Amino acid sequence: MFQKTLGVIAAAGAVAIMSVAANAGTLDDVKKKGMLSCGVSTGLPGFSLPDKTNKWSGLDVDVCRAVAAAVLGSAQKVKFTPLTAKERFTALQSGEIDILSRNTTWTHTRDTSLGLNFAGVTYYDGQGFMVSKKLGVKSVKELSGAAVCIQAGTTTELNLADYFRLHGLKYKSVVFDTSDQSIKGFESGRCDVLTSDQSQLYALRTKLAKPGNAIVLPEIISKEPLGPVVRQGDDQWFNIVKWTINALINAEEFGITSKNAASMKSSKNPGIQRLLGTKDDMGKKLGLSNDWAANAIMQVGNYSEIFERNVGKGTPLNIARGVNALWSQGGILYAPPIR
Amino acid sequence: MSDLAEKADAAITKPPPWNDPFIRSIFFQIVAIGLLGYFFYSAFENTLSNMSKSGISTGFAFLGREAGFGILMSLIEYDETHTYGRTFFVGLLNTAIVAFCGIILATILGFIIGIARLSNNWLISKLAGVYIEIVRNVPLLLQIIFWSVAVLQALPGPRNSMQLGESFFLNNRGLFLPEPIYGDGFGIVVIAFFIAVAGTIFLKRWAKQRQEQSGDQFPVFYASIGMLIGLPGLVFLILGMPLSWEYAKLGRFSLTGGTNIIPEFMALLLALTMYTAAFIAEIVRSGIQAVTHGQTEAARALGLRNGPTLRLVVIPQAMRVIIPPLTSQYLNLTKNSSLATAIGYPDLVSVFAGTTLNQTGQALEIIAMTMAVYLTFSLTISAIMNWYNKRVALVER
Repeated sequence: MFQKTLGVIAAAGAVAIMSVAANAGTLDDVKKKGMLSCGVSTGLPGFSLPDKTNKWSGLDVDVCRAVAAAVLGSAQKVKFTPLTAKERFTALQSGEIDILSRNTTWTHTRDTSLGLNFAGVTYYDGQGFMVSKKLGVKSVKELSGAAVCIQAGTTTELNLADYFRLHGLKYKSVVFDTSDQSIKGFESGRCDVLTSDQSQLYALRTKLAKPGNAIVLPEIISKEPLGPVVRQGDDQWFNIVKWTINALINAEEFGITSKNAASMKSSKNPGIQRLLGTKDDMGKKLGLSNDWAANAIMQVGNYSEIFERNVGKGTPLNIARGVNALWSQGGILYAPPIR
Repeated sequence: MSDLAEKADAAITKPPPWNDPFIRSIFFQIVAIGLLGYFFYSAFENTLSNMSKSGISTGFAFLGREAGFGILMSLIEYDETHTYGRTFFVGLLNTAIVAFCGIILATILGFIIGIARLSNNWLISKLAGVYIEIVRNVPLLLQIIFWSVAVLQALPGPRNSMQLGESFFLNNRGLFLPEPIYGDGFGIVVIAFFIAVAGTIFLKRWAKQRQEQSGDQFPVFYASIGMLIGLPGLVFLILGMPLSWEYAKLGRFSLTGGTNIIPEFMALLLALTMYTAAFIAEIVRSGIQAVTHGQTEAARALGLRNGPTLRLVVIPQAMRVIIPPLTSQYLNLTKNSSLATAIGYPDLVSVFAGTTLNQTGQALEIIAMTMAVYLTFSLTISAIMNWYNKRVALVER
């Protein structure tokens, strides 16, 4: 019986997988569709969140917009697909989306066994904890015996287990499908603690009825480098996404912004000329037009603009650049040169 | 002329094999099976080779690797150091327990409402009717979320639990019961209970035989209850009560100790029970109405009161109408329990086809195993119900 069932499932799966094999030329597909399919979260302020008119915004969203601007010449030619943490990799593997930009942590297992490639890091994060102020907890070490709300299928789930076991702490994990459900669980008192990437905690705290009642504990228990993901086996597409991110970071280094990019084209600096496509054929080498990076920067902005617009000081999230500053300014953001 | 006729006869009795309808039909069936087999084989091979080409790992080796995540509720011993294979059984048992409890409670509630619907009392029958129409026509997922929100929002936090004495606590972390601690010799009490069960079965047979021979009735029901409680109780007292209770106490965050029934379980069980009971009620009503009124009149003519008429004449005949659709309700309930994932109850779909799938990325294997489990559950329920159906089916003479 089991064998029979297995056969049926394999056949059903085969149909899905067979279409993947024919999907190697993602760049051609995207050009033909005239639209970039981008997988994002189901709603996380600062990273990917739709407004009332279904217009998406956020750091992860802007990464997709930059890729669309580089490939198609317009940052508006993106179709966003909201995915839960559990659905995201299958959606990418099956070819439903061209790029996954959904606060996804780059880990060894994901990179090596899922048939995926991480194209870079757009935000360096770490796992933190949020508790209700009235509990009077000051450190994670005091959390033994607590019920912890968590999102299913995340690295956070594993880090939590590792950290609590290492320190001999007991916990109960209450697992939800979406971050929305987990913040509601926290708010209704189903759990004492909400754990996630620290940036997400700040984002989710803005969704509470009284954000001031919750505090984020100072400890960070893990490394969570977040970045966009593409399918393995399509090196050209992998390069395009990787170098679009590098272009945004290099643009910040050169001081190129969305406002001055057009005038910077006449700059004497050969580095800037290469980036903006007035010197050498950098775009051609990726299979794109030479103004690929200029389009991305003019329409979406450089990394600093994207960061400040979505999660920076002026936003409800109010996150400082910290490690996400350029290497020359005390951070660890270091993009290889475009030459 | 006769020569020709002979030849024609021979041709009719012995057509060439390519014209023989029997051989032909076998040939085409073999071809069909061969093509179907080849389709499945090539689909399977294609899947595997494509998966390895795109760098996705395959096979069942992951089942032996350490899982590394916690699960809220487990009927067997489990922590982060156990394997992915273990998470499969944890999820499977969590699904099984909610389906099992749901089937029993839904059957009881469904029978009560179904009979109430036929009551002569106007209020009772209308109330049952309203219940059925409302519950049956609201999607189950909404009901599950409703109960989850209702249970979570209405209950107080751990520090202001509703409590019954010093032993039962109810708050938004669930229901806390005292946990039994078995002392030495408690096994003997369990053995005594099973002896009492055997005694009850024996008593029932003996009483039936006696009634058939002499017509005298014996109060089997009360005697059985007395035996089931009395015998183990007596042994328990003689052995000096080898049982103590561990009560839940308020810790820093929540209650610790005791047995905890999580609110997700309660919400899911409530929703599944109430939803399925509405369908069962209608099945019971239709089953009872399928028994012709003449049967009730005949029972009345023999002098039977309302209770015995229902219990001895109507229900046994209604059962053969009720059982087949009841089976499909049981199957529905079991499969519907997979909606648990919406409220975070750690059932098979949530734990194994959810977290485990996402951590290992081996979707095909995990979904196949999950489907096999539901298939096995369903086939087992069907087998049991078919066996029961055969027993109660009308034997026509």
